[in-house]
Amino acid sequence: MALTWTIWISMLGAVGVYLAGPLNPSRCRWMALVASVAGCVAAMLGASQVGMNSELVTLVRMPWVKPLGIEFHLAADGVSVVLVLLTGIAAVAGILFSWNVSVRANEFFALYLLLITGVYGVFLSFDLFQFFAFYELAIVPKYFLIAIWGSTRREYGAMKLALYSFIGSALVLVGVLAVFIGSGTSSFDLVRLANSGLQPSVQTWAFPLVFVGFAVLAGMWPFHTWAPTGHVAAPTAASMLLAGVVMKLGAYGALRVGMMVMPQGATLWAPLMATLATVGIVSAALVALVQQDFKFVIGYSSVSHMGFVLLGLASGNPRGVSGAILQMFSHGVIAGLLFGVVGRMVYDRTHTRELTLLEGLGLARALPFAAVTFTLAAVASMGLPGFSGFVAEMQVLTGAWQAFPVAALAAGLGVVLAVAFTLRVLQKAFLGPATTVAPEDATPITLPEKLGAVLLLGTSLVVGLYPKFLLDWIDGGLGSPAFATMRQAFGWP
Amino acid sequence: MAMNYSQLAQLTLAEAIVVVTALVVLGVDLKMGAKVELGTRRSWACGLGVLGCVAAVAWLWVGAPAGTLGGGMQVSDALTRWVKMVLLGLTVGTLLLSGRSTFSVHVGEYVAVLLLGLVGMMLMAGTENVLVLFLALELASVSLYILVGFNKRDPRGTEAAVKYFLFGGMAGAFLLFGLSLIYGATGAIEFRAIALKLSASGVSPLLLVGLVMVLVGMGFKVAAVPFHFWAPDAYQGAPTPAASFIAAGSKVAAFFVLGKLTVVAFPAVSGHWSWGNVSPGWTPLLAMLSAASMVIGNLAALTQRNVKRLLAYSAVAHAGYVLMALVEGRSMAFSAVTFYAVTYAITALGAFGVVSLVEVGTGGSDWEHFRGLSRRAPGLALCFGIFVLSLAGIPPLAGFFGKFYLFLVAMTVGGGDYSLVWLVGLGAATTCVSFFYYLRLLKVVFVEAPEGEVGAWPKGGVEFGTVALTALGVVGIGCVPGWVLGPLQNALVAAGF
Repeated sequence: MALTWTIWISMLGAVGVYLAGPLNPSRCRWMALVASVAGCVAAMLGASQVGMNSELVTLVRMPWVKPLGIEFHLAADGVSVVLVLLTGIAAVAGILFSWNVSVRANEFFALYLLLITGVYGVFLSFDLFQFFAFYELAIVPKYFLIAIWGSTRREYGAMKLALYSFIGSALVLVGVLAVFIGSGTSSFDLVRLANSGLQPSVQTWAFPLVFVGFAVLAGMWPFHTWAPTGHVAAPTAASMLLAGVVMKLGAYGALRVGMMVMPQGATLWAPLMATLATVGIVSAALVALVQQDFKFVIGYSSVSHMGFVLLGLASGNPRGVSGAILQMFSHGVIAGLLFGVVGRMVYDRTHTRELTLLEGLGLARALPFAAVTFTLAAVASMGLPGFSGFVAEMQVLTGAWQAFPVAALAAGLGVVLAVAFTLRVLQKAFLGPATTVAPEDATPITLPEKLGAVLLLGTSLVVGLYPKFLLDWIDGGLGSPAFATMRQAFGWP
Repeated sequence: MAMNYSQLAQLTLAEAIVVVTALVVLGVDLKMGAKVELGTRRSWACGLGVLGCVAAVAWLWVGAPAGTLGGGMQVSDALTRWVKMVLLGLTVGTLLLSGRSTFSVHVGEYVAVLLLGLVGMMLMAGTENVLVLFLALELASVSLYILVGFNKRDPRGTEAAVKYFLFGGMAGAFLLFGLSLIYGATGAIEFRAIALKLSASGVSPLLLVGLVMVLVGMGFKVAAVPFHFWAPDAYQGAPTPAASFIAAGSKVAAFFVLGKLTVVAFPAVSGHWSWGNVSPGWTPLLAMLSAASMVIGNLAALTQRNVKRLLAYSAVAHAGYVLMALVEGRSMAFSAVTFYAVTYAITALGAFGVVSLVEVGTGGSDWEHFRGLSRRAPGLALCFGIFVLSLAGIPPLAGFFGKFYLFLVAMTVGGGDYSLVWLVGLGAATTCVSFFYYLRLLKVVFVEAPEGEVGAWPKGGVEFGTVALTALGVVGIGCVPGWVLGPLQNALVAAGF
């Protein structure tokens, strides 16, 4: 199956790039690009094969650690293929946007591909141990990507991000073990665990452990503070992946392990989840409104937009949950693009992210392509019709309205705030009067950047204009037997 | 049980081979004398040592019969043979890493003492008799005291050896006293006979005192808090290959014996500790030691600026994780503990191998000696990264599955009533603390730039090959834990656990 290859291609790519040595950055880049494009193609092929199935399609299944009943079990349903597809697209775009990395290029791209390996692995894992292993695998590369190639307070940002991730995974670990012991099965198979009839008393305390543990990585308030600092410190490609894909790991884990395996715990805690998600949406938007650093604005906007994912999950109805998954995809594409513009197109040329300084540069004239791209991305990010964000946030809000009307109202306010901070940053960064001289090395936007921008914008546009194909996959996935217990607990038709 | 000399010889042939090798090494070294160049003598001594170990492994692999020496003095079954082979393998690693150390001209004595210590560990692993246990433990300990102080010119090493010796002597006394109390309570010196008597008599105050004292002695060997004070000094002061021997072989033997005591000798007095339901016994003591070790070990490691000291405190923390699983007290715990001890030993051996190579390359084991290692010796730095991340428990490395297994076993305590969830939670929390210092160490290696002139890195040869193979092993075991777990499980089943 093509989907399996996404993991192996990325892993082999990582090893191959590392072995290419530090002396030839160009070769490393091309190898990484080939690996990521191959992975993306495999993801597309596999997604189109699996997407229409309303069943779980098993790709690989064999015993891994026999005495403990651990299996190597790769499988996919409509939900996972959407995120695999996102990973493939974001990975290619990230490489295109890091075409200028030349210091220790082999290590950079090797770590990058290792991170991608872990991400693909998480989205395709249906054995809980394996899921957890891939999840942890994705953490370490992030640390080094930020600490070595990052900027502003990179070592602090990297350590903070890594420790938050590890604290989250420690919570998850305790929860996972509790589920395994409590289910009484001798298997870590996710579907079997979901159908094992885990005691509600266990779910009551194990669910918040797992959910919060994963949601830390999804940027849930008040555990979100790693995200802005981490994003700001990260090199462009890493912040694109962080916001675009890695935060989705957290949300996906919260859905796949938290809600799917422990739905009764989820129904119990849903009001609190919705509250935290809403507070996150509004407060992060307010914070974004007053930031002076361009990248901090985007960082907080990510937290705010991820709040919609969590709100959709918390609403627990078909519309909300499928909207949450679509929002994962949509935000992955748009946030990747925003970070690409800020980090690569603007910061690499102007060497500043201070909005007051950028205001005087009149970047709309100096870097027209960047300005146009950012404007379109901003439109998408604000959730205007035509782009993917609109459909996704609409779905989430409708779902939330049915479950938690007050939260939906507050989140609606968050949408308005998003318009405000996005327009503010657009105006300050690009549309200011050119009072100072543009930096001399404001080289024109290069071809790889253009390709990456077009890829991401195009994806958002396609999904915005024809969301049905993704929504069909998602609904198919949510209708699969794997989610049966969850549908029952939440009273889905 | 009647036993003739031929059977006796067969049961102890592996140990005998190692002892003879030690004597041969001494003799050959003496014959070569000071005329021969030191490097040649060192190669001969280490090479002969390796040969002896390989011969012993070969005997255990193909020839060694199953059987028991009178009174459980030595038990030869699939499990003890497996553990002895692991110990021999780890010693081979230590010897291969010792080939370039310049800490002493007495290479023959060094290798001989190392091998004698190995014999002590093998006897420890093979015994089910408290008297032999004590003797074997002392044989191993005395050898280790000598090894720690082997560099006579280094005052730090001498201080460490004295400290280690004093602590060890005290712990040995406690152990002996505790064992004698247990003998007084049960009238038996064999593990299984003790278990039989205890299941009839139950816990008595005298016995509890004995248990505590035994735990003091064993806690010293595994460097569990509060009996860990020797460890940082010994690790730092010892010549690095000797430190790797303490960290690897000695830990495997000690944890294996502790596991056997828990599973075979004291199951009847295991006690119980859960919410509002405490009964005194062996496992609540283990749980307390575990909690203290995890917390103190990890917190103390945060402030270390010397890699060997950091590894020592990390070893204390790891002892805590192992003890946590041991609380379960049955065969699953035995399996998890042995698996973890073995994979931890392999990882620690590799880590110390890197440290000893860095000492050769930059002259020390403090942070500044590791700064920018990835730019100076990329291969070595990559191996170091693998070892440290495995210690931290990152997939797909050996330490990840090992730690997961330990936590899983600890969670099963109480048969699904989650009575040990507090300890598992504490373990998970302290693991997060450990990530901080492991990552900071790796930051020094991978992120920071090397200081001053970057000279050529000395060629590694055998030592680097050993380190690289060990790193491959750590990755391999992490990806396919069955490579170690499979044989271990088979051996456990064959030995009746």
